[in-house]
Amino acid sequence: MGNQILVYIDQYKGQVMPVSWEVLGAAQSLAEKLGGGIVVLVAGEAPQAVAEQAFHYGATEVYCSDSPSLADYRPEPFTDFVVKVAQEQGAEVVLFPTTTRGRELAAMSAVDLGAGVMPDVTALEVEDGRLIATRPVYAGKLLAKTYCETGPQIITLRARAYKAPEVDSSRTGTPIQVDAGVVESDVSTRVLGYTQAKGGVSLADAGVIVSGGRGVSNNPSLTPPEGMDEKEVEVWRAQQGFKLVGELASVLGGAVGASRAAVDADYVPYENQVGQTGKLVSPDLYIACGISGAIQHQAGMRSSKVIVAINKDPDAPIFKLARFGVVGDLYDILPPLTEAFRQRLG
Amino acid sequence: MNIVVCIKQVPDSAATVVAEGGQASWGDAPLVMNPWDEYAVETALLQQEAHGGDVTIISVGAEGATEAIKSALAMGCSQAYLVSDPELAAADSRVIAHVLAAAIKKVGDVDLALFGKQAIDSDMGVTAPQTARILGWPVLSLVSVVQELNPEDGTIKVERSIEEGRQVVESQLPAVVTVSKDIADPRYPSFMGIRKAARADIPVWTLADLEADIPAPLVRWPEVVNPPVREITNEIISGDSPDEIAETLADKIIGEKVL
Ligand SMILES: Cc1cc2nc3c(=O)[nH]c(=O)nc-3n(C[C@H](O)[C@H](O)[C@H](O)COP(=O)(O)OP(=O)(O)OC[C@H]3O[C@@H](n4cnc5c(N)ncnc54)[C@H](O)[C@@H]3O)c2cc1C
Ligand SMILES: Nc1ncnc2c1ncn2[C@@H]1O[C@H](COP(=O)(O)O)[C@@H](O)[C@H]1O
Repeated sequence: MGNQILVYIDQYKGQVMPVSWEVLGAAQSLAEKLGGGIVVLVAGEAPQAVAEQAFHYGATEVYCSDSPSLADYRPEPFTDFVVKVAQEQGAEVVLFPTTTRGRELAAMSAVDLGAGVMPDVTALEVEDGRLIATRPVYAGKLLAKTYCETGPQIITLRARAYKAPEVDSSRTGTPIQVDAGVVESDVSTRVLGYTQAKGGVSLADAGVIVSGGRGVSNNPSLTPPEGMDEKEVEVWRAQQGFKLVGELASVLGGAVGASRAAVDADYVPYENQVGQTGKLVSPDLYIACGISGAIQHQAGMRSSKVIVAINKDPDAPIFKLARFGVVGDLYDILPPLTEAFRQRLG
Repeated sequence: MNIVVCIKQVPDSAATVVAEGGQASWGDAPLVMNPWDEYAVETALLQQEAHGGDVTIISVGAEGATEAIKSALAMGCSQAYLVSDPELAAADSRVIAHVLAAAIKKVGDVDLALFGKQAIDSDMGVTAPQTARILGWPVLSLVSVVQELNPEDGTIKVERSIEEGRQVVESQLPAVVTVSKDIADPRYPSFMGIRKAARADIPVWTLADLEADIPAPLVRWPEVVNPPVREITNEIISGDSPDEIAETLADKIIGEKVL
């Protein structure tokens, strides 16, 4: 007992947030340095199926609960479950993925465990048996080195900071059922349902992102349908432009992002916004179309591996970040670019 | 309906921030209300307009750090308290959450405590759920729509924006709510509001005033550093036609081996 590393797998109806497996990968490399075992936690609907996947990813001990109070996500009973296992296991380190649920559970578990929390960490080192975490702060303008004075240490790991372990479906095991100790009448929230389920690739996990900005609405040669007012025409134009952005993204198997200007002008929903007040992303490839590259936009995407900018204005700040730039009209470039990738990538 | 909004003062989002001697420095960039918190203030004011009651601002920060509070008052909030104490110089998020929980209790009779999604300086995004846990209140995070707020029954129904889409949740009050950016556009302060805020009396509470057990901080950040400079070779792709440019660009991107 003691010295355990807990890994929380974030899932929704059996769909695991991919960053969860990266967290398991990080735990495996930490366990080599710190000693001790790894305990994987699964809560939510269909924990058995998720537990099975965890074994394929190399987990040896999986704890789950089939308490009906844990069927749909609510932070309070989920925290009770995490805290209970952490206490029973004498956990030294509790790792979560940086997801909406992961961050919240990390925060609340830290309160119950009297522990420090270090969210959205991008690197972990061990120095003299102590964990040192690196966290981007000021939207990535700086990096903070942080640690907890005393354990347990509660950490969430950013997507794409660590590699997921290899999958080997011959590895199996039997999950251990835990009584989560949740009393439904103590929970004061009720999930009534979901209004819009989203498909497609989530921005945080995406390996490729194609983003559009205000420039996407700028194609005077398009003739809008009659009877639209000025605002409707602008949005209509933007939708034509975002179609081109979306087609490129789909050929590359990527997700669609946007600048705040595009979101504020109602071209695309807020969920797509990249930047300081949107999503922080670090894909392998980020293609910015008709985006000037304001500092708040850069904050969300500057750690992308390869950045490509397509913009009419040669002085747009986005070009400073770009490995490749095209000074030109996105309406001219995007269709043949999509076609070129279609041919090359099959 | 009594609402508290917790706001933090931070350097402007456009500031150039660099590490100097292991510390963050933003030169003479202005200090402003955390942008996410503006949405929380707007949400509070909309609910107050619908249901009456007070909107009270609480901010924990250095003495004199009142610019953010003044802009919240100028938007139309009823009153504000600054919690300031030298003991809090090395506070971590859990400490701040304990302080906020104690301050919310001191305000008393609060139905709803609103927070921003995260502070754009420390980028923690944990203070609201921590405060909720300490108070023993439910937390509804990343709320995009308040569908119903019923002070008589003490219930609230919201839509939360999470990875899978919009989750509709109903909860009892009092509750902690963090808001998403799409909930409502923050209003601009009125001229009258600005004048009133400039004259406002902002009481300062010390830890002793809060009469609460505040734990010692556990998280240390001995140093902040500048991120490693990335050497980017910029290459502008040109050609005789869009087709030619597109072909060259596609080949170059594939050559980077990121696909
Ligand atoms: C507190 C705060 C938070 C913010 N958070 C964010 C954030 O999270 N994300 C974010 O993105 N912004 C954010 N901003 C806004 C940011 O400052 C910029 O206003 C915004 O990023 C600009 O978006 P844009 O580049 O699409 O528009 P613009 O700056 O208007 O740029 C449009 C670009 O398109 C180019 N263009 C026009 N037509 C074409 C064409 N046909 N083909 C090719 N190029 C064309 C133009 O040359 C121009 O460079 C924030 C601002 C503040 C104050
Ligand atoms: N010092 C503070 N004073 C008041 N509210 C705060 C403070 N720090 C954080 N908050 C609130 O908690 C939210 C999340 O902050 P954080 O967890 O630090 O990212 C902010 O948007 C504020 O609403």
